[in-house]
Amino acid sequence: MYQAKIYITLRQSVLDPQGSAVTRSLHAMGYENIKDVRVGRYLVVEVDAAGREAAEEQVHDMCKKLLANPVIEDYTFELVEV
Amino acid sequence: MKFGVVVFPGSNCDADCFNAVKAVLDQPVEYIWHKSNSVEGFDCIILPGGFSYGDYLRAGAIARFSPVMEAVIEFAHRGGLVIGICNGFQVLLEAGLLPGAMRRNDSLQFICDDTYLKVENADTAFTALWQPGQVIKIPVAHGDGNYYCDENTLKELQQNNQVVFRYCSPAGEVTAQANPNGSIDNIAGVCNKQGNVLGMMPHPERCAEKILGNDDGAMLFKSILAAWQRRVK
Amino acid sequence: MEPRNNEGLKPGIWREMGLTDAEFEKVKNILGREPNYVELGIFAVMWSEHCSYKTSRPVLKFFPTRGEHILQGPGENAGIVDIGDGQAVVFKIESHNHPSAIEPYQGAATGVGGILRDVFTMGARPIALLDSLRFGSLQNPRTRYLFGGVVSGISGYGNCVGVPTVGGEVYFAPSYEENPLVNVMCVGLIDHKDIKKGTASGIGNPVMVVGARTGRDGIHGATFASEELSEESAEKRPAVQVGDPFMEKLLLEACLEVIKSGYVVGIQDMGAAGLTSSSCEMASRAGTGIEMDLSLVPRREEGMTPYELMLSESQERMLVVVKKGTAEKVKEIFARWDLEAVVVGRVTGDGMLRLTEGEQVVAEIPAQALTDEAPVYERPYSEPEYLSAVQELPVAKIPQPVDYERVLMDLLSSPNIASKEWVYRQYDHMVGTNTVVRPGSDAAVLRVKGTKKGIALTTDCNGRYCYLDPYTGGMIAVAEAARNLVCAGAKPLAVTNCLNFGNPEKPAVMWQFRRAVEGMSEACRSLNTPVTGGNVSFYNETRETAVYPTPTVGMVGLIEDLDYRCTQDFKDEGDIIIMVGETRMELGGSEYLRVAHGLEAKGRPPKMDLELEKKVQQAVLESIKRGLVKSAHDCSEGGLAVALAESCISGGIGAEIYSVENIRGDALLFGESQSRIIITTAENNVAELIRYLTVMEVPFTRLGTVGGRELKINLLDPGCAAGRPRAVINLPVSEMEKRWRGAIECLMK
Repeated sequence: MYQAKIYITLRQSVLDPQGSAVTRSLHAMGYENIKDVRVGRYLVVEVDAAGREAAEEQVHDMCKKLLANPVIEDYTFELVEV
Repeated sequence: MKFGVVVFPGSNCDADCFNAVKAVLDQPVEYIWHKSNSVEGFDCIILPGGFSYGDYLRAGAIARFSPVMEAVIEFAHRGGLVIGICNGFQVLLEAGLLPGAMRRNDSLQFICDDTYLKVENADTAFTALWQPGQVIKIPVAHGDGNYYCDENTLKELQQNNQVVFRYCSPAGEVTAQANPNGSIDNIAGVCNKQGNVLGMMPHPERCAEKILGNDDGAMLFKSILAAWQRRVK
Repeated sequence: MEPRNNEGLKPGIWREMGLTDAEFEKVKNILGREPNYVELGIFAVMWSEHCSYKTSRPVLKFFPTRGEHILQGPGENAGIVDIGDGQAVVFKIESHNHPSAIEPYQGAATGVGGILRDVFTMGARPIALLDSLRFGSLQNPRTRYLFGGVVSGISGYGNCVGVPTVGGEVYFAPSYEENPLVNVMCVGLIDHKDIKKGTASGIGNPVMVVGARTGRDGIHGATFASEELSEESAEKRPAVQVGDPFMEKLLLEACLEVIKSGYVVGIQDMGAAGLTSSSCEMASRAGTGIEMDLSLVPRREEGMTPYELMLSESQERMLVVVKKGTAEKVKEIFARWDLEAVVVGRVTGDGMLRLTEGEQVVAEIPAQALTDEAPVYERPYSEPEYLSAVQELPVAKIPQPVDYERVLMDLLSSPNIASKEWVYRQYDHMVGTNTVVRPGSDAAVLRVKGTKKGIALTTDCNGRYCYLDPYTGGMIAVAEAARNLVCAGAKPLAVTNCLNFGNPEKPAVMWQFRRAVEGMSEACRSLNTPVTGGNVSFYNETRETAVYPTPTVGMVGLIEDLDYRCTQDFKDEGDIIIMVGETRMELGGSEYLRVAHGLEAKGRPPKMDLELEKKVQQAVLESIKRGLVKSAHDCSEGGLAVALAESCISGGIGAEIYSVENIRGDALLFGESQSRIIITTAENNVAELIRYLTVMEVPFTRLGTVGGRELKINLLDPGCAAGRPRAVINLPVSEMEKRWRGAIECLMK
């Protein structure tokens, strides 16, 4: 059994209105050294796969098809055996 | 002419679209359940607004995998008329029937208000009864209507005349101030290359009857019927 | 915490649960033995103020509850009023104040969810929501956080379910700083034949739990609502539930479908006190009992105890009693909407609420003991000490304004008067395509598809008036709500109310409560708008500071023919402006005193003469029906000048006014005398309108004409009305609009 921790954020080239709003708030609170904030989604997916490679392939697949929208979003994930 | 209004779990403008077709055109219209795998016998498919699957994950992302969508995609590829309004537009984007994607409104707030639109392409089946460049008033109601596509896609859209509606001022100027959500190039609605699939964020079904204070949206439904009548002749 | 197995009760544990020693004794008497922990928890929650109305019940009896149009008065999930043609309107208002103070987004969102369920549980399709909100000053960042959170919570939930939020009100005053008020009203439409009630009749009928799974959220929410907020309240965060509007939408469609199917005997929302209140209330209404096996309740978390299952306030759940032999059919309908429906028990004839876990009985209580036998308190009341001090207003010492234009502009940008567009732009107010008059007018109007009829809706309450004089304030809340409906061309039909007060164990608060209810009752009787139910919210109080007494009135009216509806905006150049009613020398409790003189709540509220009110309303409504009126606007906060400015702004046209200065100019223009409506008429109808108003014996004044791009107000010397008028206001409509429209958005940036 594997656990995939998937992070989805807007692509660097796409304006992130939530991220900009958070950046502005942090600046207003005095965290002036904050350069950029990207807001995204975090998913934990339990995968019952035969092996690591199979699990990875499945996660890539589901990210491309459903979990992320490649037009505007990037994804990364960590896979750990549980 | 027979219209079909798709009902996804969480659709909430399905009845409004149904009523608008009845009230404006008095043509046959039926609901199509999302689990249905056929759209046989329909001449125009409407994907209505709402929050399909709660818009959890991403607006339209889950609905796109409903069984009915395969049939809708196939119907569209055969040249069938498909219009997605608001959430329906988001579903069409997710399904790849139209290019681009939706982001949160730049205000980060849901917005429900009248907007003015410039009819940029009056050659489609959905807009033929309007004059090119005509300014119409149609309300929006969405939280994720900030249309995005990359530069190449945008160029292509412009070259192929696929931008159907742009947000504008009451006088017809396409300005940043008239843009309610931050959409790239003030885009409010686009069609596919063939012109038989239209996606738009504003809600024509909400302004199709005089009693509601505005019936600019009625023209869209009338255009569809007129186009179909031309086709069957 | 919860004892294991057969351990006895910890001494005094009932106090932690909110029961007094005397109440605990009563529980023992009813059962004839000591209750176990589950039973004690059930009593505690059912006998909490929130569920039992133990303090308010004797006072609520003052309300008139019967009338020719009333199909269902108080006591059910919602009230019902007849609108003819076999159709009816189902409506109710409810508070979600405490949860919203702790977590504004979810607190408000679940408030919307709860009130929607109260309406569709009766078989009605919800067609509109309204919200009556109160906050502290927007200068305070925490208020902005609460205000923003509440608005987006309402928006997030209502928009997703697809029920338009068409109206309501927002006020800001220091007394709400720590205790915001979130009152949500829902209105549904139904055919008489489809009305369903929350009764568990028919011995042997299956009892089903449908909708969302049960988790540990919101345990003891009802008791939480019956306590004052304190530092520790934030620690009680688990008491705030999380709403799932998508689930609600599915539940709504499935419930309406299952009700239409004819399989349902009774159905009730699992609101406050969840499974507990729904089961014992349904049994109690039918005089039956209910037996449930809690091990069958679908759950979201593992290891939940009977106590937790009974007290969970997980949202989007319903308890349904169905006809014998139809459970499978009902399951199929819910399955179509991807929802669970599970038989957990049956209706019995012995009047007991009996809970088991498998074979083992874990609780056994007479159902009516939880509802009808709940304690009732006649709490002591006495006039508050603050009253005489705040009511005193030495008018002579208040200087008259030098610059009337500035006062008007300041009033227009006061958040209490300014446009609430920042709020309602975030609400989908058009979904359903019934909204004929959108938010921002005196009342929202919805069409009834397939008929010529319209329904007019409003909520109203001026808490400041109620603080200064709860009796008069209560009357005004009702009268103004009715006046708002009349301005839309509707006949006021019935009332639902949400009574928000401080701690009723304090005699001063109890006095406010009684006086307000007495005043409202008097007005409801006079205007023939009975009360069909609502909700009481006490303990809106932090560290000795109670909210202004705020008895919010939600009112429903009927327009028989939408061709004769009316709005507040001035229409055409040359139309004649007439004020029906009369302006008195009244400044007490006005927004003008706050804005121009820094007096937040001072003086006595304006006088309420119900006979005059009735006459004014009848005359205006009849004039509208005769097609003599082109616009109608209630004169309320900010007085005549603000009412005129609002009609100018919404119409995008100016006006020229001449008024005799027979009282102080500030009272004339900014005083808030009641029973006044500003109407306009086409010049060729003036004679007929005036004749009619004269016949009706209502006072009226011809004020001027619509036209131009400015609002011009001129005062005439009463001694020499033919003399040179004094121009006190000459403001471009566009400038007034800018201030009025931008004020709240500007504060929220």
